Amino acid sequence: MLVVDNLHTYHGYLHVLKGIHFEIKQGEIFAMVGSNGAGKSTLLGTIAGIYKPRSGTIVFENEEISYGKVEKIVEKGICLVPERRQIFDDLSVKDNLLLGSYHRYKNDKKSVMEDFEQVLDFFPKLKTMLDRPGGLLSGGEQQMVAIGRGLMAKPKLMMLDEPSLGLAPLIVKDIMNILKQMKKTFGTTILLIEQNVKAALQIADHACVLDRGEIVIQGKASDLLEDEKIKDTYLGISKKERLKL
Amino acid sequence: MDNNLTKIYNRSLKGPLIFFVVIMLLPFIFQSNNYILSTFIMIGFYSLVTTGLTLLIGYAGQISLGHAAFYGIGAYTSAYFTATLQMPSWIGILVGAIIASLVSLIIGIPVFKLKGHYLALATLGFGVIIFTFFKEWKTITGGLNGFFGIPPLSLFGISFSTDFQFYFLIWIFVFLGIFFARNIVQSRVGRALMSIHGSEIASEAIGININKYKLQIFVLSAVYASIAGSLYAHYVTFINPQLFEMMTSIYFLIMVVIGGIGNIWGGLIGAAIYVFLGELLKDIVPKIIPNASGEFEIVFFGVLLVVILIYMPNGISKAIFHFIKRITSNFKNKPVSAFSKKSTGSDIHD
Repeated sequence: MLVVDNLHTYHGYLHVLKGIHFEIKQGEIFAMVGSNGAGKSTLLGTIAGIYKPRSGTIVFENEEISYGKVEKIVEKGICLVPERRQIFDDLSVKDNLLLGSYHRYKNDKKSVMEDFEQVLDFFPKLKTMLDRPGGLLSGGEQQMVAIGRGLMAKPKLMMLDEPSLGLAPLIVKDIMNILKQMKKTFGTTILLIEQNVKAALQIADHACVLDRGEIVIQGKASDLLEDEKIKDTYLGISKKERLKL
Repeated sequence: MDNNLTKIYNRSLKGPLIFFVVIMLLPFIFQSNNYILSTFIMIGFYSLVTTGLTLLIGYAGQISLGHAAFYGIGAYTSAYFTATLQMPSWIGILVGAIIASLVSLIIGIPVFKLKGHYLALATLGFGVIIFTFFKEWKTITGGLNGFFGIPPLSLFGISFSTDFQFYFLIWIFVFLGIFFARNIVQSRVGRALMSIHGSEIASEAIGININKYKLQIFVLSAVYASIAGSLYAHYVTFINPQLFEMMTSIYFLIMVVIGGIGNIWGGLIGAAIYVFLGELLKDIVPKIIPNASGEFEIVFFGVLLVVILIYMPNGISKAIFHFIKRITSNFKNKPVSAFSKKSTGSDIHD
């Protein structure tokens, strides 16, 4: 569905992405993990068209989108749920959700309406707070709105940038379950970027590790969960400790 | 649950219509008092400019400290086309709006690549450049001596030469402007503008072309200012560059902030407060400080701005609407008195 090949992106003179290559298949959850500054958010921004790559290709459903405009990429079915939710604080939950379908609203109000109801069925909690300003919601509720807003775009590929950031462990569990359900209910392909490596690998089909702009490990998420290096570096369980256990 | 998309916003015209009728009846009460009429007319000019600015500042979250330039472009274009070229007034207004939109488009493309303080400074600089043009392009503008002999406005054979006549014209323009702005705000475009105000990254991520919207709303606000400027030129029949200098832009900004940047009526309310307080100050201050110059005004409004920003960051309009809402809801759900017959304890046992 999405093929990223030899992708190089710069922020000014800073070489952030250094020849990224990976592939996501339709209907799967692909997790990308890595520490701060690895280039995860830049990668999502580059796929979404917010940053322009210096070289390399991004092919989505057999069509190259490497240098496309953001709005055209959204129309093609890729949506980004940005880091820290970035929901619109002053706008109501209803407005926030409707903004997700901004590019379809003008010509396809009826279908937007149907999707709106579907999203509310998916997040029943939001039904009770439609008129509440986004800024007054809790972190978990805001994340629901952000994901709901993404769903309103009717995406084929949803990219989530650290949805667990700043949330309590129980809420993180809920969010991960929501992603699994989303894949099942809507058939959405998901590219998930996370620092919460364990949570991400547990729900993903495939995954990779990004380190200083390069993919260092790639494979099945279940295999990565057992990988010694990942256990040492990202899960915080050293070999010594494991032996003790 | 009410999911009807047509009911996202309160589109009721009841409140605005009542206000419109009151405004349209006012001149009949003050028919003989030209001072009051001219005060209301000035509120009308400023309201038109600030309504456009409210769209830009309050909804799109961008700033402009150069709108006096567009106000001046409208005024000088109308003056030149009607007084010098002897053309009909509507052509002057139209050409003024076209020039203002073209200038705002040319300026807006590079300027809206900037954000925050840099954007404010760039628009301020633009205002100063246009002011210099007004001052130095003497063959067209008359320079600092001003532009004399602008004819009273005449539209479709009707001449608006008295305050009484002009009052209706300007307020119809104001209401059309507010109505148009309200329709924009209560639409998909309005949501897009507010999302840009909220978070540019998130707006981009959901596919909103933020540069396009910033530019479009800047052009629209320039057109509002230009039309107000054209009407102003015909009303006062004499203009000079000092009317369109930097301080005028700052006053426009003050009006918007005082009125409330997040409300489409904020511009009108801010303009009314600014004009009324300004007139009041002109009366009161000389009695307290006999030799005070006109500069006291900016000091007063500066202090007022700080106070409003601290205690009413959403402006006075929000407080007014909140007050009206409270009164109307109290009126609608009038509580039953605890001492009324129905609620007495004895009734319970009946």
